[in-house]
Order: sequence, then C-alpha cells, then structure tokens
Amino acid sequence: MWKWLHPYANPEVSYHLTGRIIPWFSALTILFLSIGLIWALAFAPADYQQGDSFRIFYIHVPAASLSMGIYLGMAIAAFTSLVWQFKLADASAAAMAPVGAIFTAIALITGSAWGKPMWGTWWIWDARLTSELILLFLYLGVIALHNAFEDKALAGKAAGILTLVGVINLPIIKYSVEWWNTLHQGSTVSNLGKPSMSVEMLWPFVFCFLGFALLVGTIVCIRFRSEILIRNSIRPWVKALALEKSLSNNALENK
Amino acid sequence: MHPRRKKRLTIVASILIGISFVAGLVLYALSQNIDLFYTPSEITLGKDGSGATPEIGQRIRIGGLVVPGSVKRDPDNLKVTFKLSDMKMPITFDENDLMISVYYEGILPDLFREGQGIVANGTLVLGSSGELHIEASEVLAKHDENYMPTELADAAGKDYKKLEYTNKQLENKN
Repeated sequence: MWKWLHPYANPEVSYHLTGRIIPWFSALTILFLSIGLIWALAFAPADYQQGDSFRIFYIHVPAASLSMGIYLGMAIAAFTSLVWQFKLADASAAAMAPVGAIFTAIALITGSAWGKPMWGTWWIWDARLTSELILLFLYLGVIALHNAFEDKALAGKAAGILTLVGVINLPIIKYSVEWWNTLHQGSTVSNLGKPSMSVEMLWPFVFCFLGFALLVGTIVCIRFRSEILIRNSIRPWVKALALEKSLSNNALENK
Repeated sequence: MHPRRKKRLTIVASILIGISFVAGLVLYALSQNIDLFYTPSEITLGKDGSGATPEIGQRIRIGGLVVPGSVKRDPDNLKVTFKLSDMKMPITFDENDLMISVYYEGILPDLFREGQGIVANGTLVLGSSGELHIEASEVLAKHDENYMPTELADAAGKDYKKLEYTNKQLENKN
C-alpha cells in the first residue's frame, strides 16, 4: 500500500523534490499573502465595536492555528521516526520545530497586543493563554533536544518522545475555551460549522491563512533541505553537489 | 509488519495512552481551579459538582454579563457600580436571574457596555444589607467571537457606544 512512498525515503530524491517545490511554494506565498494582507488591513470592513484593532485577527488567528498545525506535523514525523526508524522524518521534525516556535511566539505577541486595548490587559493566566505558552516551551524543549546530542539519531529519538508527550497539549489548547471559562473568546472560524463573521471579513482571512500556511511550507522545505545536507554530508552525492557548487562559484569569480 | 516495528509501535502507543490518561486525570482533578472566574450563580450557589463557594473576604474573579439598566455612574468621580448575571446563550436578562453587584473606581475598558461580558477581579464583601458584592480593583472586557461591520451591527440593532467621561469625573481621579 505504501510502496509508492518508498523512493522519497531516499534523502537525495527528497532533496531534489523539495528543490523543485520551493519556487512554486514561494511564488504562491507572495501571491496569497500580498492579496490577503492588503485586503485584510486596508479593505476589509472594521469591526463594529473593536474598530481597526480587530484587523490583528488576520495575523493572530493564522499564526495560532498554524502553531498547532506545525506541532501536529512534527508529532506525525516523530511517530513515524520512532516506529519505523525513518531518518528523514527526524530531519523534517528538526526543520519544523523552529518555524513552529516562531509562529507560537507571533500568536502570543499579537494576542498580547490585541488584549491590551480590547480586554484591558496584556496577559491573563486563563486556560487558552497558558496552554499556548506551554506550547512555546514544548517547541523550545524540542529544539534544545535536537541540538543536545552529537548523534542525530539519538537526538531525534529524545526530541521525538518529548514531541509525542506534548501532543496532549493540542486538544487542551483547542478546547480550552469550551471546557473552562476563560477571558479568551471562543473560536470564530473552526473546521466544522459556520464561521461567526460576515462574508466580507471572512474572505481576506482565507487568503491570509493560505498565505501563512504556504509561507510555513516554503520555510520548512528550505530548512528540510539543509537538514538533509547536514545529516548526509559524508555521502558521495552531497560531496558531488558541493564540488559542483564551488566550481561554479569559482568560475563566476574568475570571470 | 516486522516484529521489531510492531514492538516499537506498541511501546509508543502505550506511552501515548498512558500520558493521555494521566493528563485526563490531572485536568479532571484541577477542573475547578482552571476556570478563570466564578459566575454570579456559582458565587451564590457554589460550583457545579463540588458546590464550593468562595469565602467572604476572598480575592476572586467574577465573570458575567452587565445587566442592562444596572450601570450607575457617579457624576463627580470615577466610581461605578453595575450588576452581573450569568452568561448564557442566547443572551437574555430576567429580573429573577441571580445577580452580583460590582463596585469599581477607575476607567472602564472601551468595550464596557450593557450586555457585554465582563471579568472583574476583586474582593468578595458581605454588605450591610446582607447582600454579597465585589469590590473590584480591575475590570476586564470579555468580547465574543462574533465580528461584523458597522452596517450589519446597526441593522441588528446592536448598541456599541463607548462610555464618555466628563472633565469633572476625570479631575477627581486619585
């Protein structure tokens, strides 16, 4: 059933495949993000009670949901790596961790900047904010473990176990606003059910969300490629690649 | 599946099940404490399940909806009192709802208005008339997840005027 996937377990094949994907991803990122952000920040209607402050929604919500999405991706990679001892999965988890940490930080910072004018406080220890902060610490722990060992396979195993333990935090973040009473409001846009915002506010959000998701895809692909190179630096194909690159650089300098 | 992979799958799956079981128990044990605030009915009747009520003099947070018509502002200073009732969907107010008064002195958040969700942080006090109220040191606005342009809000008859302060009220701020 999974036979078609097997060629991609080869680092060289994955390296070249992601190399072909990156230009498409980055072009689409620029397209979606520029349409989405200009629409959201300049043309979408302001909220009736929050006014223009509401526009931070278009950065805060994509960042927050992607921070959880990236963690889920990292957990799936950690799971396959632990069970099937599939080395590329470790490389992809290591590529995703810092991107996820940055998106979590963006969600926390924009949330804080939104909370001050609307709620009246920068921070409150309610279930949603606290669990999102724990997510940031989980990411930092995973990054630290990936860099704590000389042996990449051992590092991947340690970080993978932490990632899987931390997966329990994802449903807690998602349902925190339903299970407990919090200052944070419920979800405006959820995967099921009707969004609680008008259509002319929703469309710019769709573009912003896809734009940020493609941005994550682009950065993760770039980081994944360098992880592959670092982990395979003694392989002949990497050496050949490096030689080719340095020859072309020299040729440029000698011109 | 290869027996070694099967073994590793069993180990990983049992770690995951174990962790979710432990986390479930911890969250269940802490469920009362994770709530950010007491609702007005929880202050009077106690939390669902445990029936725990806050003590007089305890610092607590209260969360509820500002009862329309209950906001009384002192024209000379920033003192304000208002009543909170439980948040419920759809939003309705009834005279028989359990309500708790909140006393506060200071500038209220921009989103403060009748019918709005509010979380106040303060001390639970038993007044001279035998009625419980909160002397708040902080009032936060809790907005909902619905966003809409002004025209739609006007059409739906929403009230979204900001509070205004007179110079006299602002001068007497300590």
